[in-house]
Amino acid sequence: MGDNTENWGSRVGLVLAMAGNAVGFGNFLRFPVQAVQNGGGAFIIPYLVSFLVMGIPLLFIEWSTGRFGGKSGNHSTPFILHTMDKRWIWKYVGVFGIFSNIAIASYYCYMESWTMSYMYHSLAGTFNSMNQTQVALFFSDYLDVTTSTTGIPYEALVFFVFCLALNTYILSRGLSQGVETVAKIGVPLLIFFGIFLAIKGITLKAGSQGAVFDGTVGLNFLWTPDFSSLSNPKVWLAAAGQIFFTLSVGMGSIQCYASFVRKNQDVALNALSAGWMNEFVEIVLGSAIIIPIAIGYLGIDNVIELTQIGGLGLGFRTMPFLFEQWGPIISAIAGFAFFGMLFFAGITSSLAMGTPGISFLMDEFNWKRKNAALAFGVITLLLGLPTIFFFNYGVFDEYDYWAGTVALVVFALFEAVLFAWVFGMKKGWQEITSGADIKVPIIYKYIIKYVTPVTLIIVFFGALLRPVDDNWSLISFKGWPLHNESIIGQLRHQGIGPNDKWFAENFYSENTGLVDSVYQNSSSKRTSVIVKGTTPEGKVQSKTYILNNKTHVLTVSKGDEVKAGDVIYTGKVINKVFYIDMARALLVGLFIFIAILVLAAFRKRRKEGMVI
Amino acid sequence: MNTGAIIMMITVESIAIALTGYFFYKVLVTKPHNEDEMDDNTES
Repeated sequence: MGDNTENWGSRVGLVLAMAGNAVGFGNFLRFPVQAVQNGGGAFIIPYLVSFLVMGIPLLFIEWSTGRFGGKSGNHSTPFILHTMDKRWIWKYVGVFGIFSNIAIASYYCYMESWTMSYMYHSLAGTFNSMNQTQVALFFSDYLDVTTSTTGIPYEALVFFVFCLALNTYILSRGLSQGVETVAKIGVPLLIFFGIFLAIKGITLKAGSQGAVFDGTVGLNFLWTPDFSSLSNPKVWLAAAGQIFFTLSVGMGSIQCYASFVRKNQDVALNALSAGWMNEFVEIVLGSAIIIPIAIGYLGIDNVIELTQIGGLGLGFRTMPFLFEQWGPIISAIAGFAFFGMLFFAGITSSLAMGTPGISFLMDEFNWKRKNAALAFGVITLLLGLPTIFFFNYGVFDEYDYWAGTVALVVFALFEAVLFAWVFGMKKGWQEITSGADIKVPIIYKYIIKYVTPVTLIIVFFGALLRPVDDNWSLISFKGWPLHNESIIGQLRHQGIGPNDKWFAENFYSENTGLVDSVYQNSSSKRTSVIVKGTTPEGKVQSKTYILNNKTHVLTVSKGDEVKAGDVIYTGKVINKVFYIDMARALLVGLFIFIAILVLAAFRKRRKEGMVI
Repeated sequence: MNTGAIIMMITVESIAIALTGYFFYKVLVTKPHNEDEMDDNTES
């Protein structure tokens, strides 16, 4: 076992690093969209309840298990969990705590690199004089890695490699010199940028700088409570899901950071401070930026439609255009502040994702920090490349679904059961309260033992068996139709549409509607076809199909009416389902690879007489 | 803004700001424990 004796330089640095780990893109892009889609102001009630009965208990569990493992020199979850119970299963459950971090980092660093690129483009004035469609297309072109918006070939890849190199360099500097320094600069800066943008959003005046509505219209829309939504299980599951992802629990990064806390130092107050700092950023700043500004310019109906494609679409496809309305100088500052805020939110999280893998290599195989950081950078790069080259084929979404969603819930459920029922609440409570600088309410002893595991089981089964349209009244003993995004639905490729073979000679339309536009991207290598129609529920559904001009022949033209299943283009087609299955195979391969390393480390320890 | 939205926003944001400020203030002013303190916090 290695001699990794690092410690945090200061308590404030630790709390800011933990808060930075939690604060991410989701605080600014996911939370407001979730609130809009789930009852506005009333969403906050299940959200806060979830924070109290699931978020805070998981923070206590993860901080205290991390410090507990750190006392025996363990800094990654396989052997932190092994110190809590010697049965073989736990060290393999702990594999999740390295796996999720590397898999998430591989696409998260890609998103982080978008923010770097957009900071540059905001300052360079690239978006000036673009209309809303052009700004949206700019993002689509950026994601098509063969397109360059700056003249740099493979621009998206270049920014990704640069972003990853920056992460690797900071990680190689160590906890105190690297991660903590960035957190001390990054967290205050992102809060500063956030306050600046929130003030701009709230003070937006109708009729001024092209705004159609006051900023308060957006706030009103976001905060008006729809209490009827409280009886809908979908809203509660969405709230619990948001708490999960916003706090970065179930990943293994909190345990890793906490394992470097000295054995007699507090974890309870630190956990509450970092957790509430994340809530401040999410509730106060996250709600006051994109929704008020977007509604101020586009109106409520347009923003509701835009939120259907998620917060990322709103942030990258729309915000640069809205900032443009503030004039060239303020728009450059606002764009830089907005994407800078996202960048600092991102990098303080991605650094936390790098630490468990690096600590594992240092602890178990005596690697030097620089080599371990380099290994993290290389693995993340290799795993990240498919998300860049095959972004439009669903690889990014697959990583996010399995590693960034399902794996977190599974791991959190296991660790809650281990802590409360195997390790035991008596020892667990002693770990939480030992050295505590705050009196932890005794009720949490019971919440952690009973409420948190039950809540996690509900969240897991809710995701596993989610009914179609989130209509929970369909549930019956005879069975019910599943949502395409339920775990079982995903495993079955439910809703994949007519292009359900890996390889085919034709590509079929996946929706019914009119061919709204046909355009070539700026490098003229690909053609995008947009088919716009309405769903049976009356919602506008737009799908973009991209074909390669060299190998495919387009069979439709603008204005044509197409039905789902009609041929859009012919030629040798590799369908999305192939890339989806390959992405899953990569993730499974990564998990098995880490599990083998854990087994090798365990045997090494046994040989050295360090485990019984 | 309507009254319901104002009440909801002010209540929730006040709670978030107050608790964030309180816990971070406690972190700033609480002195760290000495290394030799609490030796009874033994490994299990």
